[in-house]
Order: sequence, then structure tokens, then C-alpha cells
Amino acid sequence: MSAAEGAHPGLNLTHPHAKAQEETETALFGFWVFLMSDAVIFALLFATYGVMLHATVGGPTPADVYEIGPALLETAILLTSSFTFGLASVAMKHDAPRRRLLGWMAVTLVLGLAFLALEVRDFLTMVAQGATPMRSGYLSSFFALVPLHGLHVAAGCLWLVVMMVQVVVFGLDARVRINTLRLGLFWHFLDIVWIGLFSVVYLQGLIR
Amino acid sequence: MTEPLWPAVFGRFGWMDLPFVRAWQELSVSEIIGAGAGGLVVVGGLAVVILVTWLGRWRYLWREWFTTLDHKRIGVMYVVIAFVMLSRALVEAVLMRMQQAAAINAPGFVAPDHFAQLFTTHGSIMIFFMAMPFLTGAINYVMPLQIGARDVAFPLLNAVSLWLTAGAAGLMMVSLVIGRFSTGGWTGYPPYTELAFSPDVGPDYWIWAVTLGSLGTTMSGLNFAVTIYKERCPGMTLMRMPMFCWTSLCTSILMIFAMPPLTVATALLALDRYLGFHFFTNDLGGNMMNYANLIWLFGHPEVYILILPAFGVYSEVISTFSSKELYGYTSLVIATMAIAVLSFTVWVHHFFTMGQSANINAVFGIATMAIGLPTGVKIYDWIWTMFRGRVRFSVPMLYSLAFMMTFVLGGLTGIILAFPPLDYLVHNTLFLVAHFHNMLIPGLLYGMLAGYNYWFPKAFGFRLDERWGRISFGCWVVGFYLAFMPLYVLGAGGMTRRSQAVFEPAFRPWLYIAGVGALVLLSALVTLFVQLWVSIRNREANRVPVGDPWNAGGLEWSIPAPPPAYNFAVIPTVRDRDPFYGEKQAGNPYPAPKRYESIAMPANSMTGPALGVLGAVTAFGLVWHMWWLAGLGLAASIATVIARSFARDVERLIPAAEVARIDRRWRKEIQRAKPIGRVVEGTPTNRGLAEVEA
Repeated sequence: MSAAEGAHPGLNLTHPHAKAQEETETALFGFWVFLMSDAVIFALLFATYGVMLHATVGGPTPADVYEIGPALLETAILLTSSFTFGLASVAMKHDAPRRRLLGWMAVTLVLGLAFLALEVRDFLTMVAQGATPMRSGYLSSFFALVPLHGLHVAAGCLWLVVMMVQVVVFGLDARVRINTLRLGLFWHFLDIVWIGLFSVVYLQGLIR
Repeated sequence: MTEPLWPAVFGRFGWMDLPFVRAWQELSVSEIIGAGAGGLVVVGGLAVVILVTWLGRWRYLWREWFTTLDHKRIGVMYVVIAFVMLSRALVEAVLMRMQQAAAINAPGFVAPDHFAQLFTTHGSIMIFFMAMPFLTGAINYVMPLQIGARDVAFPLLNAVSLWLTAGAAGLMMVSLVIGRFSTGGWTGYPPYTELAFSPDVGPDYWIWAVTLGSLGTTMSGLNFAVTIYKERCPGMTLMRMPMFCWTSLCTSILMIFAMPPLTVATALLALDRYLGFHFFTNDLGGNMMNYANLIWLFGHPEVYILILPAFGVYSEVISTFSSKELYGYTSLVIATMAIAVLSFTVWVHHFFTMGQSANINAVFGIATMAIGLPTGVKIYDWIWTMFRGRVRFSVPMLYSLAFMMTFVLGGLTGIILAFPPLDYLVHNTLFLVAHFHNMLIPGLLYGMLAGYNYWFPKAFGFRLDERWGRISFGCWVVGFYLAFMPLYVLGAGGMTRRSQAVFEPAFRPWLYIAGVGALVLLSALVTLFVQLWVSIRNREANRVPVGDPWNAGGLEWSIPAPPPAYNFAVIPTVRDRDPFYGEKQAGNPYPAPKRYESIAMPANSMTGPALGVLGAVTAFGLVWHMWWLAGLGLAASIATVIARSFARDVERLIPAAEVARIDRRWRKEIQRAKPIGRVVEGTPTNRGLAEVEA
């Protein structure tokens, strides 16, 4: 791997000149730092969840309210969306026809929205069973942790729409490329967080 | 107006939320003070608006300052915020000292609830809106110059950070006029700050002001760290960076990782208060120990966020005013990094008494004492830097010396507090209050004031008045000892902190001495402003246009004072530590560029001020349950960010001819100036050109 290929922790683009390369490096490094700061927030909410897991105070327990089916489906959808975003990034790197890039972004968006719809349905089901965040410390910590990830996905979806519009308006100029790479990092990061959520919250909750 | 309409529009606001109405209804000295403070905010705000309008400077302010992305101007605005907030919080401190001195077996003049607001705002402001803006401003101004960069890595983000901080500080000021502030102390411990015990708007003001500020700080940290990693000029390796850059880097890393716990703590508290969650409530499984852990997981690294930049300033100042290179540079770097890492391992020492096992306390006590080691290394390094140097007792140097004496003293009482069994004796007493003021006043305030005196000539092109600087210094030091040494005695004698009234007559003399000390500190603040006023009046005599008034070694001194917008006409190449000093020794400190090139700088943007105002509006809506306002503010914030992402014309080009003109004018100043020796650096002969010493 040459120095240019390993220049920044993201998908390396073939840049026409050194200045654009430097800018991309700085922008992506900065975004990584932001993600690490965000990861601390998730880490603390995971810890809070772990501490409050037993604070059910006679209310619903994890095993009562989690359903493995929808959670598994959500996992599959989100992981697939990460894959399709990867295909969008590859299309951008190789300057494939604009249609292909937009197409993969649209597929990612649809998958993201489907994930959100399923997740909201989960929450509504829980609420219908009386498992509201006001019921117990345990449910409070659940409803701070999991919906925060959902909120991130929603922000990612909004960002996807903005980027699709920008691809159409500006074409693939330097800023669109950089911001698409950032969005890619964001999207994959949310995938990793979800794997944590699926294992720590849902799987662990159902084992008990 | 129909009944349901009022809450829909004004949320829970009522006329009694205005301090003026309160003072009218229940006349008392305490309420009059509250109304007076609110009135001061209103009158002060109006006076500024009228003055700027009268001078016709709105356009200038908007174009040159509010919308600028120049790291230097953003830095200056941070420091302005810090001075304004310092003034308010210091006056509050004086009020508290006067109250305690007056309330010995007597009611005093400040009501208990008002007193609780005073200590809450004093602490919150001093930490979040005095100390943080001051050091962020200093890093903003100095660090890019020291590493030979033209700006920070993300100039727009920098402006957004500034304006979020400004919006949060504005919210603090608004809380004086509309409503009331929290009574829960600067850490806002639940369950007291939960809805069940504090149903009023106070804790909500605290939550949102702190949250806005901490978001800004997180982004500042990110920005500085990336700048240091990515924007250093050729040859500026990490181990050639000035010490201030190293401490800035460590502080930035701490900001990136330590501010999120604060955001989580305030967000979870907000969920409890707004949506009925049970994180920290007394019932339904809430656990306030989680809050204590979260807030101190932030809170302890925070004190190193505060202190490390000051350590950087002292390193620069002591080296410059001893005319020697920094002793033990590598050990200072390692010590700084060690402090940054250890700062994450000691948070439990803030609540030794809250029920964890003795073994856990022992571990955290030992970790706490371990921090004394790298700090000791630093003190010795500074002493050895002065050893056999040509020490000049300039104002920044005086602050550095006062710091070393005072800080070591505070460190010793810190070791006492780090023993869990001893901590049990003085926990929650004035001993603790004395200790952390003994760390933060020398360890932050003196450092920032030293930096202010040291870099002011760089930023504005003229030196600050030495005589008034010394008077102010004297007041800060004498005032500190008078105000806080008695608190050690009182704390050891069992006086609890945050007491509105005192029932032990034996405390009287100590409280009186502390009260006098507070007044001396107030005069320190006044003389600080006098110094600024006198300096501006005499600015022509004290100009240092060449830019090197102290014969220092960093790159920031190799450019004009004040520096041009682009900092460096040509990006320098560095060959050694203290690069400018090396060039001076080599005899060619100001090499004329072969040719000038056009320089692209970030264009102005109103995104920063817009997000600051919208952030504050959103927070205000949330505080008062004006949901429409909060929703509107949030939606407008998101729209602003999206709109900005469509902007493409984000650079302005400074043409080569303009760069050449500015640079040549400066070179004429260099030729006109007479090189001066260190003996006369405090006199008007100092035009910023240093005599090269053998």
C-alpha cells in the first residue's frame, strides 16, 4: 500500500492534486474524532443501561418486552444498508454514472427508513404493554439508549437526502465527495453501535 | 386573553418571574439586590446597544467580528466573554463573603434561596463561562500562530463553538432578568435538582446553559486537536512544538473525551425533568450515584482541561523572561500526557463519603496522589529553567512565580484530601472550597492573566501598562491569600460550605478576614480594567509593531503585531525547537520572501451567530416550556446547517499585491526600529525588535 492509498482512514479517492488530498485527510480525520466523541456518549449510555438493568421495580423485565424476530430483521436491514452505502462509495470512487451512485444512496435511504419504521413499531408495542420509560429505571435507560441510536439513523437519513440533492445540484465536487465520505463513516459507525445494541440489549435481555 | 392561550404561548412564565415585580411585591434587601442585578443586565445591554448605534459601528462589528472565521478574532471574542462573566461571578463571590460575614447569629441581607442561587451561578459561571472561554480564547489565538498555520482546521466550526458558548453565556445573563437560577450548586446534583424538589425553572436554566456550552467546547477540542495534528508547518514535528501547543493538545483530547459525560449527565437529568424518566429520582429505580459518577467523569478531567493550558502559558513565560530555553522539555511533555491520562482515573475522590467500599476509595486515593508526581516534575522544570537565567520580573513572570508558590500549597492540601480517612473529616466543608480555589486561582486565573499580559502586545500591537499590571497582580495575590487561607481554618474547624448563615461566633474573625480578601480581589478586577484603559490611552507610546517585544522564541513572535489576517505571508519552515530564537541567533530572523503569492482564507459566514442565537432561543423555549419556540429554534438550527452545506463560495482570496503591500510596510517598521536590550523592554523604546544577545 502506497502512502497516498493509506493517507486517511476512509475510502481513498483518486485526487487530481495534493491540496484536495490534504483537505480530505483533515476533514475525515476530524470526523473520526467526532465519531469517537459520540462513541463515548454511547459507551456511557451502555454503562448506564448495564447498571440499571435490574431496576425493574416490579415492572416489565427485558425478557417480557423484547422480541427477537423484529430485532433480527432490523439488524439484517441495517447491515444490508451499510453494504449498499459501501456500493455507493465505490460508485463515487470510480466515477461511475451518476445514476448508479444515486441509486445505491436511494436504496440505503429506503433501508434506513424501513429500519426506523420497524424500530418505532417495537417501541409502540412496548408502550402498549405498559413498558414506558416512566415505569422504571431500567426502562428509562432502555429508552435513552436505543432511541438515541434511532435518532442518529433518522439524522443519517436526512443527511442522505441532502447529499442526494447535492449530488444532483453540484455533481461530485470536492465538498460533496468529502461530505459523502463523512456520511459513509457515520452510517457504518451506526451499524457498529447497533451490533452492540443487538448483542447487549436484545440478545442478553432474552437469554435471562 | 383566554385561559389556555397564555400557557401555550408563554409556557410557565408569569409576572412574578420578573425580579422587579418580586422586589415590588415583597420588599427586602435580598429582592432588591436581585432586581438590581437584573436591572444591571438590562441597562448594561441597552447601554451597549445604544453606544454601538451612536458610534455607528454595527456594520463594522458584524463584518469584522461577529461573522468572522479568523481564529485570532474568535480568540479575542472568547476572552471578552470571559472578562464579562468574570466580573459578574466575582461580584457574586463578594456578595457571598459579605453575607457570611454579616450573618453570624443574624439573618444577614441575602435570603437563603437567593444565596443558593449565588453559589450556583458563581461556580457555573467561573467554570463554564469564565475559565473555559478564557483558555479556549487563548488556545484559539496563540496555538495556530505557534505551529505556523494560517487558521484552525475547521474555521466555521470554530465560529459555531464560539457562538454556542456566547448563546449559553447569554442564557446565564437572561436568567437574572427572567425567572431564577438553580439552587443546586454548579454540579446540579439530583435528586435535589429533580422535579420533586426543584420544580421551578432554575435547574432547567442550568441544564441548557451547560449543555449548549459543553457542545461548543467539545467541538473546540476536536478542532484544536485536528489542527495540531494536521496543520503544523513544515519541520514543526510534535517534539519541536512549543509547550503551550502540547498542553493545548492534551486539553483538547480531554475536551473530546470528557465533555460527553457532562452532556450525558445533563441530558439524562433533562429526560427526568421533562419526560418523567427515572434515572436519578428517589423512586421507581432511579439511582443518583449514576449521576455522581457521570458528572465527575467529566468533572475531574475538567480541572485538567482548565489547568493544562495555564501550565503551557507558564512554560512559555518562564522560558522567555529567563532568556533560557525550557528546561526538561521532554519531561514536561511526558508529564503533561501523564496528567491527561491520570485525570480519567481519579473521579471517585469527589465522593469518597458516598458509600463505596474502603478498597475502592484506597485505589482512587492513591491514583489521586499519583497526579502529584508529574505536577512536581513540572514545578522543578520551571525552577531549573529560571536557574542562572536572566530573570526579568515582568507582570507575566510575577504571575508565574506567585503561581508556583501558591499552587504547591494547594497541592499539599490536595494530598490531605486525597486520603479518604482525612477527606471524611473535611468533606463538604470550607476546607475543600479553600483547596480548589487554591488550585484554580493560581492554576487557571493567574495563568490566563499571565498569558493576557504576555500575548496582548501580539494581538493588539501595544504593550499593557506595567505599573497597573503590577498593582492588579498585587491585589490578585494578596486578595487570594486573605480570602482563602481563612477558609482552610474555618473548614478544619467544621464550617460547612454553602452556608447562608453561621451560628458559631468563633468563626467571626476568619470570616471578616476572608471578607476583606474578597474586597481586595474585587479591586484586583477593577485595576485589571484600569490597566486596560490606561494602556489603550497610552497605546501610541507602547506600540511594538515589529512584533517581538520580549525576545521570545516561538513562531508567533516572528510576524507583525497585530498579525495580518493570513498570519504568515509565507508559511515558515522550522529547523529546531524555539525556531524564531534560532533564526535570530543565525542573524536572519526576517527573511524577505522571494515572491508573494495570493492567499485563500475562509470567507465570513453568519452561520456561527445564527446557530448561537437559535441555540439560545431553543434553550429558552425549553426552560419556559414554550414548546413552539423550542421547536421553531431547533428546526431553524437544522435548516441553517443544511443551508450552509449548500454554500460553495466559502473562500476569499487575498491578492498577492495586497500581501506584498502589508508585508513591505512591516519591513519598513523593522528597518526604522532600534533593536533594544532586555533592560529597557518595559519602556517606550521597545518597538518590538529585539537585540540579539551573544
